[in-house]
Amino acid sequence: MPAVSKGDGMRGLAVFISDIRNCKSKEAEIKRINKELANIRSKFKGDKALDGYSKKKYVCKLLFIFLLGHDIDFGHMEAVNLLSSNRYTEKQIGYLFISVLVNSNSELIRLINNAIKNDLASRNPTFMGLALHCIANVGSREMAEAFAGEIPKILVAGDTMDSVKQSAALCLLRLYRTSPDLVPMGDWTSRVVHLLNDQHLGVVTAATSLITTLAQKNPEEFKTSVSLAVSRLSRIVTSASTDLQDYTYYFVPAPWLSVKLLRLLQCYPPPEDPAVRGRLTECLETVLNKAQEPPKSKKVQHSNAKNAVLFEAISLIIHHDSEPNLLVRACNQLGQFLQHRETNLRYLALESMCTLASSEFSHEAVKTHIETVINALKTERDVSVRQRAVDLLYAMCDRSNAQQIVAEMLSYLETADYSIREEIVLKVAILAEKYAVDYTWYVDTILNLIRIAGDYVSEEVWYRVIQIVINRDDVQGYAAKTVFEALQAPACHENLVKVGGYILGEFGNLIAGDPRSSPLIQFNLLHSKFHLCSVPTRALLLSTYIKFVNLFPEVKATIQDVLRSDSQLRNADVELQQRAVEYLRLSTVASTDILATVLEEMPPFPERESSILAKLKKKKGPNTVTDLEEAKRERSADVNGGPEPAPASAAGLHTGRLRACAGRSWTRLSAHSPPFGRGTLAWEASVLSGLLCGRSVFRTFFPVQSTPSPSADLLGLGATPPAPAGPPPSSGGLLVDVFSDSPSAVAPLAPGSEDNFARFVCKNNGVLFENQLLQIGLKSEFRQNLGRMFIFYGNKTSTQFLSFTPTLICSDDLQTNLSLQTKPVDPTVDGGAQVQQVVNIECVSDFTEAPVLNIQFRYGGTFQNVSVKLPITLNKFFQPTEMASQDFFQRWKQLSSPQQEVQNIFKAKHPMDTEITKAKIIGFGSALLEDVDPNPANFVGAGIIHTRTTQIGCLLRLEPNLQAQMYRLTLRTSKEAVSRRLCALLSEQF
Amino acid sequence: LREQELPRSRGTGAAGVRTGVAMIRFILIQNRAGKTRLAKWYMQFDDDEKQKLIEEVHAVVTVRDAKHTNFVEFRNFKIIYRRYAGLYFCICVDVNDNNLAYLEAIHNFVEVLNEYFHNVCELDLVFNFYKVYTVVDEMFLAGEIRETSQTKVLKQLLMLQSL
Repeated sequence: MPAVSKGDGMRGLAVFISDIRNCKSKEAEIKRINKELANIRSKFKGDKALDGYSKKKYVCKLLFIFLLGHDIDFGHMEAVNLLSSNRYTEKQIGYLFISVLVNSNSELIRLINNAIKNDLASRNPTFMGLALHCIANVGSREMAEAFAGEIPKILVAGDTMDSVKQSAALCLLRLYRTSPDLVPMGDWTSRVVHLLNDQHLGVVTAATSLITTLAQKNPEEFKTSVSLAVSRLSRIVTSASTDLQDYTYYFVPAPWLSVKLLRLLQCYPPPEDPAVRGRLTECLETVLNKAQEPPKSKKVQHSNAKNAVLFEAISLIIHHDSEPNLLVRACNQLGQFLQHRETNLRYLALESMCTLASSEFSHEAVKTHIETVINALKTERDVSVRQRAVDLLYAMCDRSNAQQIVAEMLSYLETADYSIREEIVLKVAILAEKYAVDYTWYVDTILNLIRIAGDYVSEEVWYRVIQIVINRDDVQGYAAKTVFEALQAPACHENLVKVGGYILGEFGNLIAGDPRSSPLIQFNLLHSKFHLCSVPTRALLLSTYIKFVNLFPEVKATIQDVLRSDSQLRNADVELQQRAVEYLRLSTVASTDILATVLEEMPPFPERESSILAKLKKKKGPNTVTDLEEAKRERSADVNGGPEPAPASAAGLHTGRLRACAGRSWTRLSAHSPPFGRGTLAWEASVLSGLLCGRSVFRTFFPVQSTPSPSADLLGLGATPPAPAGPPPSSGGLLVDVFSDSPSAVAPLAPGSEDNFARFVCKNNGVLFENQLLQIGLKSEFRQNLGRMFIFYGNKTSTQFLSFTPTLICSDDLQTNLSLQTKPVDPTVDGGAQVQQVVNIECVSDFTEAPVLNIQFRYGGTFQNVSVKLPITLNKFFQPTEMASQDFFQRWKQLSSPQQEVQNIFKAKHPMDTEITKAKIIGFGSALLEDVDPNPANFVGAGIIHTRTTQIGCLLRLEPNLQAQMYRLTLRTSKEAVSRRLCALLSEQF
Repeated sequence: LREQELPRSRGTGAAGVRTGVAMIRFILIQNRAGKTRLAKWYMQFDDDEKQKLIEEVHAVVTVRDAKHTNFVEFRNFKIIYRRYAGLYFCICVDVNDNNLAYLEAIHNFVEVLNEYFHNVCELDLVFNFYKVYTVVDEMFLAGEIRETSQTKVLKQLLMLQSL
């Protein structure tokens, strides 16, 4: 092959480039460039028509100048002129200039498109190639509009040259990526799939990329590609290393094509046809076997190419997650790589194993490598490799190895790179909490975290440890003792002072019996840190002091002295000053009883999802996690009719201010405490506590306004039987029980009521019931654990309904879990009129049954009695949760105990339509998570059920089997009853 | 790259989901001093953004030593790179893409350049920059690997050379 001499063909260009290279300074370079630009401009403007060669040379110089980073504002027209040259070299420079300096000048685009059109029609493969490359490089919408219809034809035409086919396939791919709406699917798609069989491996390589992208969006249409890809792959992996000639790379047959085929297969579930499936399994086994064979070459190129295919095969095995044998083999192979001398392989093995750790088939196998991974954490030189080791330890952690992994992560933290410290802190905090059998271990771990990496311990972490200590009385004494000891260190992190202050303020009494930690010693210890701390911490400590006043009357005088000192009472910081003033006053004027009530121990926090997890999610995927906290905060503000509650001031405690310092002060304001009024303050207290754990929630520790059990008084429920149990005389097929004359009897459920009920599970509005006389419509909205339902009663006749009495009926069980409130409606409904009834709903705890709406009225001379089930179902209290694949499976794995999972396999009752199914899952209330399930045919969802007392995270997965017309629905939540109910509700929908 | 809303996944999750986009975002050839010898973009960037990317890539790649991996996380993507004498060949791809396949794609490309320019050196790329684009387009197109056979690519280049 002839070597290409410097700038051959264009001497002027080579000279110019040399000149530029010889410039000693930036100024000289600019001067030389300006000279050249002036020269070119005059040539382009000159009277003498330039020949093709000169034009090419000057356009190429302009391009070079542009690539040096200078602006070019002319020459576009000359470049476009080059496109219509008949000489390849001139055309090539023209196209290159266009591709690099795309200009959206519409006039030019028209000319460019015209030239491209001519070249595409030229039947000259070289020109067609240039034109296709230009479209692929620019990929603009205008080009898509002009050529998206033409390129598929070129791609599948019988007489198209192979190299043109390659370019056409990828050109089409580019247009499909930028303007999918402009690329029409059609007859060509099936012919494109058959390119997988093409003789020319270059064509197959290009076509596989195209098909993979198309198949991701249109899996059904490209389903036949699976068997073709498997047989192509099989032919490649079983070929001798020389069979594929120029497609063999360092003794590896067609490695890039193999990788692409394996990626194409990852768009689909395991093949259903047993023959295809068997053949694929053989392929994958062959790839795994080859990894064990001695290398055919010592060159790194050989092993890299071989391992590229191996890693992709392992990805496919993990994607299918169905062959335990292959999964374990993959894990063993990766295990070997963990100790390989090549850093690349160690890195990739750690990364790949992370995904294996979440498969139930290989989780145990992954765990056997724990020592190697820990060693990697200690010895790897490349921080990105250590990072993967941390990720893998986190992924392989379970109850059996949590203590070891947490200990190793903690010790790594001492020397960890700053860039990954915060993430490790979060991971340690999560693992310590999740796998704590013994909460003393948890407390020790978090205190260690603060000691080792205090600066990286975010609020979420230390809020959480306090939440847990407050909620678990078995650990409170230990926590108090431990923080007390930790605070003895001469220099301790401010976060430790915060945790210590809070815990001693609550539970210091538990260790006060020991003379070594008497009240005064505790106080002096905390106060010795006071002056070194920031304002928020000092504010917190002041609250601790007032708590001490209540806990330890013997130090009251000491504390009052401190509060009274100028440095507190006249502190420049208004927050500190106010606290000092108010606490001092409180300690002086309040009776012991009042003190004890106001400063009582904090009530337990509601159990909810760890806010740390949310934080980690946020760190890991800023784009994938919606800001739940923010959304919730907004919503709860809405529910309460505004973010600012009515100010209430009493006994010198300015609640507005207390709220402002929420998260630091935790003074308990009891609803039962007369001086502090009712309602608003209790609400305040809940906001305070809510904020303390990093979230605001609408939740009260005490009933704000005692909610009467579902409207016994309002609806006169006492007079009606609790449930429509006793069947009155059957009314056969009649919709309305016209025979019954007893006003107190509740009609059996109207026929069809069940069906109607099911229809409302995934929607909130519609007609619930209708007969010749009456129509009942519903409109409802739900937010978190609250909801409101509007019931519309329409009189379809022209006669008045009299004594119109709708009644809500809940069983005793349901009454405790679901609170309903409504007002009676006007007993007269005029003919043709509609009356409305509002039901306020609160979900107190999870529930299974549905309330019954009974309506009794007189129409003409007859008594009418109708009962329908009211569609208030548990799923209405769903809040959707978006999460990334890794989070989903992580949690899925966490909820793996048999009580947490409920599964139902059932026959499809409706046509199995993907879009309808998606709409139903969204209507059900959970988030529909795209790109999470490895099998694109499956649906997964996630959400949180809000009740007054708790929040229950729910994951769901729906696997359709088109062939059998069946579904498998799996629900995983932390509560069995919830899993069961949601599964039952959703199963009825498909 | 900022405007791309691609989730940052690291393969730490289960099931190695492969449904996201996976393609080459750009190819850069830079020397140690940070001078760009080739920049090929497969997605839209404005000129300032391109300049910023070029500088960032240079900053992350040149600090790594030979014992490090040939992969480095980069914004929401990753860079697969290989150093040949004073030149860094960098390919930016999506995080779920196959590292080793691109690492060897770089080498395959370099072998073609070496053959085409007879012992390629940095200066060949400078003086023949417009030909380098042709070589790239033969081997990579639309962010995908187009042709991997060195024989076929060189035959085609030779044919074009003769026109």
